[in-house]
Amino acid sequence: MDRTTIDLWVGIFVALGVAALFGLAMKVGNLTSSQIGATYNVTAAFENIGGLKARAPVKSAGVLVGRVENIQFDSKTYEAQVTLAIDTHYEFPKDTFANIYTAGLLGEQYIGLDPGGDEAMLKNGDKISHTQDAVVLEKLISQFLYSKASETDEKKESK
Amino acid sequence: MLNRLNRTLRGIGHRVIDRIWRLGRASRFFLSTLVLSGESFRRLHLTIREMYFTGVLSLIIIMVSALFVGMVLGLQGYNTLQKYGSSDAIGVLVALSLVRELGPVVTALLFAGRAGTAITAEIGLMKATEQLSAMEMMAVNPIARVVAPRFWAGVISMPFLAALFSMVGVFGGYLVAVPLIGVDEGAFWSQMQSSVDFHEDIVNGVIKSCVFGVVCTIIALFEGYDAPPTAEGVSRATTRTVVNSSLAVLGLDFVLTSFMLN
Amino acid sequence: MTENIVEINNLSFAYNNRLLHKGINMRFPRGKVVAIMGGSGSGKTTILRLIGGQLKPSAGEVRVDGKVVHKQSRQEIYRLRRKMGMLFQFGALFTDLSVFDNVAFPMREHTDLPESVIRDLVLLKLNAVGLRGARDLMPSELSGGMSRRVALARAVALDPAIIMYDEPFAGLDPISMGVIVNLIRSLNDALGATSIVVTHDVHETFAFVDYIYFVSDGVVVAEGTPDDLSKSDLPFVHQFVHGEADGPVPFHYAAPDYRQDLLRGANA
Repeated sequence: MDRTTIDLWVGIFVALGVAALFGLAMKVGNLTSSQIGATYNVTAAFENIGGLKARAPVKSAGVLVGRVENIQFDSKTYEAQVTLAIDTHYEFPKDTFANIYTAGLLGEQYIGLDPGGDEAMLKNGDKISHTQDAVVLEKLISQFLYSKASETDEKKESK
Repeated sequence: MLNRLNRTLRGIGHRVIDRIWRLGRASRFFLSTLVLSGESFRRLHLTIREMYFTGVLSLIIIMVSALFVGMVLGLQGYNTLQKYGSSDAIGVLVALSLVRELGPVVTALLFAGRAGTAITAEIGLMKATEQLSAMEMMAVNPIARVVAPRFWAGVISMPFLAALFSMVGVFGGYLVAVPLIGVDEGAFWSQMQSSVDFHEDIVNGVIKSCVFGVVCTIIALFEGYDAPPTAEGVSRATTRTVVNSSLAVLGLDFVLTSFMLN
Repeated sequence: MTENIVEINNLSFAYNNRLLHKGINMRFPRGKVVAIMGGSGSGKTTILRLIGGQLKPSAGEVRVDGKVVHKQSRQEIYRLRRKMGMLFQFGALFTDLSVFDNVAFPMREHTDLPESVIRDLVLLKLNAVGLRGARDLMPSELSGGMSRRVALARAVALDPAIIMYDEPFAGLDPISMGVIVNLIRSLNDALGATSIVVTHDVHETFAFVDYIYFVSDGVVVAEGTPDDLSKSDLPFVHQFVHGEADGPVPFHYAAPDYRQDLLRGANA
């Protein structure tokens, strides 16, 4: 087995390997849609973030516009401070709503941005003042039970 | 009776100390391989030649196994998922299983069995027929000339083989899911793409396969280099290569996975 | 320039807590062919490895070209080794290289000569051993005698000053043996080198070497020219030269009394 044949086969092997890595990154993974561009940061405070994690998507109208950069606990306000990294291509008004939604019924949680009508836009370091917490299942159940209980009470009283 | 107990304990103690001593020798061997690696890169043709024997010749077994593994994943995954009405997630299941775990691990195990044993047998035989001694007497360091190029060939080949495994496996899963069973093609790929994260899954998988490459290759090389220069010694060394590589890969997989999922 | 290119002074070597050599003294003068003879397991091959620096003596010293071998740094040992060529017992050719590449190996590793020059040198060496036509064969395609000759060509590839032979006649047919004997002598004289031959082949060796050392039980029991030794009446030399089954080297491995052994077996 002379050197040129070996070199040829090894070259083919390496090319196949690199192509496989590329294929994995592009077709199987989400490299194309991940943020490779420049971003600007805004913060938002939530009373309860539920299962939101760092690197969770930030979407608006269902389209990916950024990622959750950082989640921290503010010990002064006892709220969660979430830092969002938004693609510089997209601008949002200052009165945008930041809501925590769940993908599907039991899927991962993400932040949805509902734009307001303000003419001034959010800049790097700004704070989103309108936020809506994540829906926590236990609170939902207790709410339901409470409303059911008060319904029966009303019925009893009206008898 | 006490005598027998005494002897058994001493035997165990001996074997433990022997293992530890061996581990020390293996670590020194690993370090000298790294230190003497300069020649593997200055005379690249040495390393490339070894990449042919470890990488290219493993292609067939890796790709065929990957195809079957992917197809089985597709079948079994669909079988379970459709009970919960989530058969659309089959793409996600196949891709994540392969990229995160099966790709690196199964490739490493197959590599240990095919390329690892070949390396051990070759080096063991070279030792038994005094070829390594002859090299030393000709003032050529056998570790630099024989061991290091094979080491780097294994380390470089492994991530490529693992990536190929994952890719062919996904294709196998696709073959079963879409043409055979009838899952929607668009749903298959789009769900996969939105759930497989480049950094967390693919990069971690590549890191794992690199680590496995280092471990499997150095174990194969050491067992061959350390084997007693007899026919029996070499054959036992090849068995040890497979056993030790497999255990090391599975153990490291756990360690790396817990590290990465944190 | 010292008269003896290799000197062994008071060498002791222990292997596995057993003393293999107990204070050996040997001199190898330049330009001569010297044989080291002795029974199997007497440590003859180990002496070659001690000269080549692959092993370190437990006591005493080995001097090559005036330098104490085990005190040299790794670099210097490698430099010393480039002056030595060694023929291993069954050739030890690199099985993944052709005959040509095997002989070219030391040249490619240690010199920067262009391929054309290397080609000429390799053909020269192969021609000296009579195997120029076999240059493209692989070691697996060679007979025992042929692979031994190729290994010899490889050992002299860089024109060494010291050539060592580890049992060069083991397992060869009479014709091949004659060929090797011829080559050892002619190469030694052509290169002006010193040859050290470890062997136990009495007939062949006595015919062509200049000096012989007899080693038994870790010491040099006899030394001299072939003439001296064939007339010697030292018991070990006599037993060795005449191939007697029993003598200073006993026939029986250490065992208890024969009668007792048989009787004990009946009772146990």
